[in-house]
Amino acid sequence: MAGSKEQLFTPEIRAEIDQWIAKYPAEWKQSAVMAALRIVQDANGGWLSRELMDDVAGYLEMAPIAVYEVATFYSMYELKPVGKHKICVCTNVSCMINGSDNIVGHLEKKLGVALGGTTSDGKFTLKEVECLGACGGAPMMQIGKQYYENLTPEIVDSILDRLE
Amino acid sequence: MANEVCFRNLDLDRPWLLDQYQRRGGYEMITRILKDQVAPSQIIDEVKKSGLRGRGGAGFPTGLKWSFINRDLPGAKYIVCNSDEGEPGTFKDRDILRYNPHALIEGMVIAGYAVGANAGFNYIRGEFWEPYERFEAALEEARKAGFLGKDILGSGFDFALYSHLGAGAYICGEETALLESIEGKKGQPRYKPPFPAQFGLYGRPTIINNTESLASVPEILRNGGEWFRDLGVENSGGSKLFSISGNVSRPGNYEIPMGTPFAELLEMAGGVRGGRELKAVIPGGSSAPVIPGDQMLGLNMDYDSIAQAGSMLGSGAVIVMDDTNCMVKVLERMSYFYYEESCGQCTPCREGTGWMYRVVHRIEQGEGRQEDLELLDDVAAKIQGRTICALGDAAAMPVAGMLKHFRDEFQYHIDHKKCMVG
Repeated sequence: MAGSKEQLFTPEIRAEIDQWIAKYPAEWKQSAVMAALRIVQDANGGWLSRELMDDVAGYLEMAPIAVYEVATFYSMYELKPVGKHKICVCTNVSCMINGSDNIVGHLEKKLGVALGGTTSDGKFTLKEVECLGACGGAPMMQIGKQYYENLTPEIVDSILDRLE
Repeated sequence: MANEVCFRNLDLDRPWLLDQYQRRGGYEMITRILKDQVAPSQIIDEVKKSGLRGRGGAGFPTGLKWSFINRDLPGAKYIVCNSDEGEPGTFKDRDILRYNPHALIEGMVIAGYAVGANAGFNYIRGEFWEPYERFEAALEEARKAGFLGKDILGSGFDFALYSHLGAGAYICGEETALLESIEGKKGQPRYKPPFPAQFGLYGRPTIINNTESLASVPEILRNGGEWFRDLGVENSGGSKLFSISGNVSRPGNYEIPMGTPFAELLEMAGGVRGGRELKAVIPGGSSAPVIPGDQMLGLNMDYDSIAQAGSMLGSGAVIVMDDTNCMVKVLERMSYFYYEESCGQCTPCREGTGWMYRVVHRIEQGEGRQEDLELLDDVAAKIQGRTICALGDAAAMPVAGMLKHFRDEFQYHIDHKKCMVG
């Protein structure tokens, strides 16, 4: 690890991570790794570089490999660049029964990318996800922190058209 | 009667606010307990008497779980709430966090007092940002009002409570994987024993309960264990939230007494959409074996009734399917889920879930082989009971259930290389 912890991240990011560290016993800084990865990912346009993971390891006094393990295990971390807006469409059973295939098809056609792809302008990434726990509003998707439920192709259009 | 416990404030304007919660007796219970210094054993006995069973899916008696902790053991003990709601079809804990977060907070403080724990974590799945923010706001209100933190209401009892956010992993709903996750690791389940009550979070005695279980505690104690128990039926005390989704007119969460006939629940949800025929129901989340529609119409929504039909009540997630659904396609999607979510730790699950998915997938694609159904039976049987945690069983049971009840549909796919549903 190069330099001191004060050289890692911006003061704002450090303060946010420190708030999470404070929740756990002093000898368990590692408990904040999931929050720290999310915070630095959000500040990095939605993905984690190797350098950022190493910085998180340095900040939390963890072995880098332990941070990579976490970053590769959980589905919400991205290890490659993604679009400005990550569209996560649920296709699990309740959504499938209610036409999530049509929603995926519509999005693929509208954006010109397949599931897992990013539009050439870097604006959207389209991702298939597992059950997001909103089956009463199936079919549904998540963009950023927001859930969108009871989707139709028309509703999807109006949501995407409002995003900058 | 509906909405008596977790949803009792649902009719109020912005029911998630502290003053609304207190309008109907919220925090009265913890206040009384701390003021009168009620004996912890008395609280645990009352929860036992209520017949409350773990609402996350396993159905283990909550009071009994609480009694496993050695209250007098010195050092840290923890209360952990499992809000990592991820069982496909389940969306009830999300609504508790959004609409009744203070009931959960009060339930966790009471649980802490009962087992001698001074800290708690609520593990909320990472995708639940809105519920997380709602819960955080409620924590802030509760801290300001003196219901959380040091020396609560001047009683000398301390209880600190925090959220922990997940980051996308179904397996973290398994209690020991969840503990690993809070410790900042991959969510891979631990061997049991030792159980969390002896060796839990940070190696300390820990009680883990589902959101709905903990949020039910204040009402149980306010009205008495017997009151709660008598809402339900034998072996299934209380009322419960059922998340009903799929081909129904009014999908959503319904809090109804345990033992309510499924037919009544279906009617509350507006019946099968478009008046179509009820083909099949998954009664307790996607890990619960499917039940044919005509059989389901004769069952009640309680642990024993659903178990006698060869399935399980699980988390209370009811997925309703009409006659337009192809069961091969449904099973293909479910098998993909377990393949995707297996943590990879145990060979039978890691290899078996992928194997089952590939076989169901090729049947769905019209490339099934005559021996495939026996192969699926065999792989499913060989996963069950051979893994550290229940994910292996959860992946195998739906396969066994589908082949038991809809074998002809799978056979048709293999014989005709197409679907009989159309």
